[in-house]
Amino acid sequence: MLKLDRIWKTYKVGAFGNKELTAVRDVSFDVGPGEVVSLIGESGSGKTTIGRMVLRLNSVSRGKILFDGTDISTIGRGQLKEYYRKVQGVFQDPFSSYNPIFKADRVFYMIKDQYFPRVKGSEWAERIDGALRDVRLDPAQVLNKFPHQLSGGQLQRMLIARALLLDIKILVADEIISMLDASTRIDVLNLLADLKARGLGILFVTHDLALGNYISTRTVILRKGVAVEMGETAKVFADPQHPYSKVLLGSVPQLHKKWSQVAAELKLDDTAAVEHCVYHDKFPGECGQPPTDPEQPPVVEYQPGHFVACAKEGREHLEDLLAAA
Amino acid sequence: MSLRVENLRVYYRTLRGNVQALDGVTFRLEDGEIMGVAGESGCGKTTLSKSLIRLDGRMQYIEGSVELDGARLPVDKQEEMNNFRYTEVSIIPQYAMSAMMPIRRIGRMISELLQSRGYDYQTILPELRRRIELVGLPENVLDRYPIELSGGMKQRMVLVISTLLNPSLLIADEVTSALDVSTQKAVAEALVEFRDREFVKSMIVVTHDISLVYQIADTIMVMYAGKLAEKASTEVIVESPLHPYTQLLISSLPEVGVRYADKQLGGIPGSPPQLLNPPKGCRFRDRCPLAFDKCVEEPPFVEVAPGHSVACWKVN
Amino acid sequence: MTDIKTTSGTDAVPAGPSGGAPATGAAAPPGSPPGTPSAAAAAPLPVRRRGEWLVFVLRNKKVIGGGGVVLAFLLFGLLSPLFLEHGPRDRFIPQERRAEAPSTDFWLGTTRFGEDVFTQLAYGVRSTFLVAVLAALIAAIIGMTVGFLAGYRGGFVDELLMMVTNVVLVLPVFIILVVVSSYANEIPAFDFNRLTQAVVIGLFSWPWVARAVRAQTLSLRSRDFVDLARLTGVGTLSIVRKEIAPNMGSYLVMVFVLLFAGAILFAAALDFLGLGPSGGMSLGLMLNFSREWSALHLGHWWWFIPPGVAITAITGAAYITNVGLDEVFNPKLREM
Repeated sequence: MLKLDRIWKTYKVGAFGNKELTAVRDVSFDVGPGEVVSLIGESGSGKTTIGRMVLRLNSVSRGKILFDGTDISTIGRGQLKEYYRKVQGVFQDPFSSYNPIFKADRVFYMIKDQYFPRVKGSEWAERIDGALRDVRLDPAQVLNKFPHQLSGGQLQRMLIARALLLDIKILVADEIISMLDASTRIDVLNLLADLKARGLGILFVTHDLALGNYISTRTVILRKGVAVEMGETAKVFADPQHPYSKVLLGSVPQLHKKWSQVAAELKLDDTAAVEHCVYHDKFPGECGQPPTDPEQPPVVEYQPGHFVACAKEGREHLEDLLAAA
Repeated sequence: MSLRVENLRVYYRTLRGNVQALDGVTFRLEDGEIMGVAGESGCGKTTLSKSLIRLDGRMQYIEGSVELDGARLPVDKQEEMNNFRYTEVSIIPQYAMSAMMPIRRIGRMISELLQSRGYDYQTILPELRRRIELVGLPENVLDRYPIELSGGMKQRMVLVISTLLNPSLLIADEVTSALDVSTQKAVAEALVEFRDREFVKSMIVVTHDISLVYQIADTIMVMYAGKLAEKASTEVIVESPLHPYTQLLISSLPEVGVRYADKQLGGIPGSPPQLLNPPKGCRFRDRCPLAFDKCVEEPPFVEVAPGHSVACWKVN
Repeated sequence: MTDIKTTSGTDAVPAGPSGGAPATGAAAPPGSPPGTPSAAAAAPLPVRRRGEWLVFVLRNKKVIGGGGVVLAFLLFGLLSPLFLEHGPRDRFIPQERRAEAPSTDFWLGTTRFGEDVFTQLAYGVRSTFLVAVLAALIAAIIGMTVGFLAGYRGGFVDELLMMVTNVVLVLPVFIILVVVSSYANEIPAFDFNRLTQAVVIGLFSWPWVARAVRAQTLSLRSRDFVDLARLTGVGTLSIVRKEIAPNMGSYLVMVFVLLFAGAILFAAALDFLGLGPSGGMSLGLMLNFSREWSALHLGHWWWFIPPGVAITAITGAAYITNVGLDEVFNPKLREM
C-alpha cells in the first residue's frame, strides 16, 4: 500500500549551500494494511524525517514514495489533498498540536471545511461523536473545551479521531505517546492495536524499543539515516544481527533483567561476535566499504524477512560506547 | 543515617489557592543508598527533589523537618541553605548544562564556582582530572565550551562538577530522560560508580522511568499525587509490589524482552486527582480496583515488612 | 482492508481488547463518585481558564497604574479642550497678567505673550496623542506585514525583506527625521501638519517590529498545529491568517504600546528642536517656546514643567504598562 523505494533526504548546509548533510540514506520499506511498522532510532537517526516525508511535510531528495502505485513525492496540490484523505499523521507533543487559543474540537471542523463542506452540521456532530467513541473518549468530556483543559492522552486520542473522520488507510504516528504518562500511554497503544486489527496501516515512529516491540509487526532500526536492520519484530528483537541493534538492545533498561544479564545474553563483551558482519557474508568485501555497485542493495536478507546492513556504522558506535564506558 | 525526612509539606502558591504538591512525606535514606523516586508527572517527585535543596519562587514550605547526617537542614530558610548547597547537598537538574554560561570554558566555570564557595581550584584540579577520566570524558574537556559536548557528555560533566566537594547527598532529577538509550546507560552507570567510590554518600534518583531505577537503585520509592505510595528494595517493588498503584504501574509497562503476540497490557483508568483541593482519604481511591469504604480515610504510610512501607488499607 | 471511515453509529466500537484495557479509556474514571474532579480538571497543576488573563490584568498593579495614567491623560486631552474658550495660541490675557505664576484664574499660569498654559497643555496632550497613536499604527501595520511575510514564506522573500528592514534599522533615524522635518517645513506645497509628522515618524519606526514579528512567526510556524493544518489541506495564507496571527494578539498589543511611547518621545524631541509643524500646539512645542523665551532664566517654571511632566508621565506610564502586560501574558513572569 505504502512503499518507500530507496529514499534519500539531503540538506544543503554551509554559507553557500556547498556542503551536503544526509538525513536519510537509501531507505526502503513498505507498510501494508493491518500492519504496524516501527521506525526505531535515537536522535538524529532520521526517523522523524522519514515520517514527515511520507506526510509530504518534507520533500524527498531522491527515491520514490509510492502510495497505491502513485509516487506522491511529486504530486500537485489538488492530488495532495486527496492523498491526505488517505494518509494522516499524529505528532509527539499533544499541546503543540492544537492552536492554544482555539477550542480543541476545532480540528474536527477544519476537516469538515476542507473535505466535507456539504455535510450537514448535525450529521457532522454525529460523525464526531462516532469517531470519539472509536478512540474511547466520552464526547461530553472533550468537546467544547480548550486544549489546556484536556489531558495529553485525551488530546492525542482526539487527533486520532480527527484522522478517523477521513477515509484513512495509513496513519503516521510520530512519537505520539512519548509525552504521556506510563499509566495512560498503554491505552493509546492498545487503541492503535485495535485500529491495526481493523485494517489500518500504521507507521510508528519511536525512540523507545519497548514500545516498538509491544505494538509493531515489523521493525526498522535506523542509525544516522541508515536502516541498519529490519524485519519482523520478533526476529529483530530475538536475534539482532547488526552491532548497533545489539548495543541498542543491550542499553535499554529492562524491568526484570539487569543490564549485566542482558549484556551476557547478547554476548556484548565478545567483540568478534558483535562485529561479525552478515552483510559481507553475502557481498564479500572489506567491511565498512560502501557497495561498489550502485545497484547493490543497502541491506541484505540474512534470513527470510530479516534484513541487515553493513556493520561498519554499528562498529563505530560500539567504539564510541566502549570509549565512554 | 544519612537523610531523614519527616512529614515534609511543600505547596505551590497559585491564584486559586495552594497546590498540595508534596503533602506530608516521611522517609529515610541510609548511607550508601541509591534511592529511586518514581512516579508520573505531578506526583511530587520534582517538588521533593527541589525542596531538599532550593525552593523556587512559587513554592512554599508548610511544615516538616529534614535532617542530614544528624544536623537539621534548614530547607525553609533559603539563605541558611547556602551553607549546605553544593558542599553537603548537591543536585543535577534535568537540563543542567543548558543552564550554564555558554561563553565560559568549563574549567574556568568550575574555578569560579569553587572560588565562590571558598575553595581553591588548583588544589582540587588533580582530583577533578581523575574524575573526568573516570567518567570517560576526554582530558581537554576543561578547555571546551559547554556547547561542544554531547548530551551524555554534558550530564557526566555535571555529575563530576556537582560531586566535586564530596557532598553527602546527591539529587539527580531526570538526568537521563532527555538522552538516547545508549548514552543513558553510560550516565546511569557513572552514578553508581560515584556512589561505589564514595564521592557521594547517598543518592536520590528522580525519574519517571522505573526500569531505569531498577537498573541502578537499591531502593525505590513510588509517589502518587503528592504522597508516598510505597517504598521498598528495588527487587520487591518490581517483583512483588503491594500497593495497587505500584502493581498497576509495573504491569502497564511494555518490555523489550517479552513477546506480546496475543496479550495486551492494561493501563490505569482515570487520571490523578487535582492537587488544588485534593479529595480526602487515599488519593488513588478513584482509580483503584481494590477501593473500599475505609479508603475515605487517609491510609498511613507504615512498614509492613523490614524496609518495606506501604500506604494502603488493603495491605495494612 | 476494512474501511476505517467512521460514520454514524454503523461502525460500532471495535471488538474490545483481549486484555484488561478499560473500555472507557483514560477519560472516564469508571464508577467515580459524583463530585470527583472530571478528567479535564484533573491536570496536575491548576487549569488555566479562558479569560484568565483578564484576572491577571486586573491584579497587575503595573498595568492598572500605568494604563490608568495613560488613560487619564488621553481623557484630559480629549475632553478638556471642549470646555476651554480660547485656543492654545490665543493671546487673550491682558498685559498686566502676562508671565504670571499659577493662580485660581489661570491654573497653570500664563506665558509672556498672554497665552494660558493650561489651555496649551490640554491641546498639546491632544495632539501628542494623535501623532503617537497614528505613528504607532502605521509602524505596526508595516512591521507586522513585513514580519509575517518574511517569517512564514522564508527563503528569498525573507532575505529580501530582512535586507530592507536591516537597512532601515541602521539608518540614523533621528537625523533623517531632523532633515525630513526641516525640509518639510520649507516646502510650501507640502502641508506639514501633525498628521504628516505622524506618517514620517511611523515610516521610520517599524523595523524592529518586523524583526520581532518575524522571529515570533518563525517559532510559531514550527509548531505542530501548523503542520496539522497543512495535513488538512489548508493553504499558506489561511494558515498565517487563521493559525499564526491570532496567537500573536498579546504580543502585538505590547508592540503597539512600545511604538506609542517611542513616537511620543520622537515627536516631542522634534518639536522641541523646532523641527515639527509650526502651527497648532504640542508638548514639544511648548518646551520649544519656553526655551526660546528663556523661561528657565526668568524663573517662569510653570511654562516648561507641565509639558515636561506630561511627556515623562505618559511615556513612563506606557513603558510600565508594557512591563506589566509582559507579566500578564508571560506566565513565567507572573506574580503568583
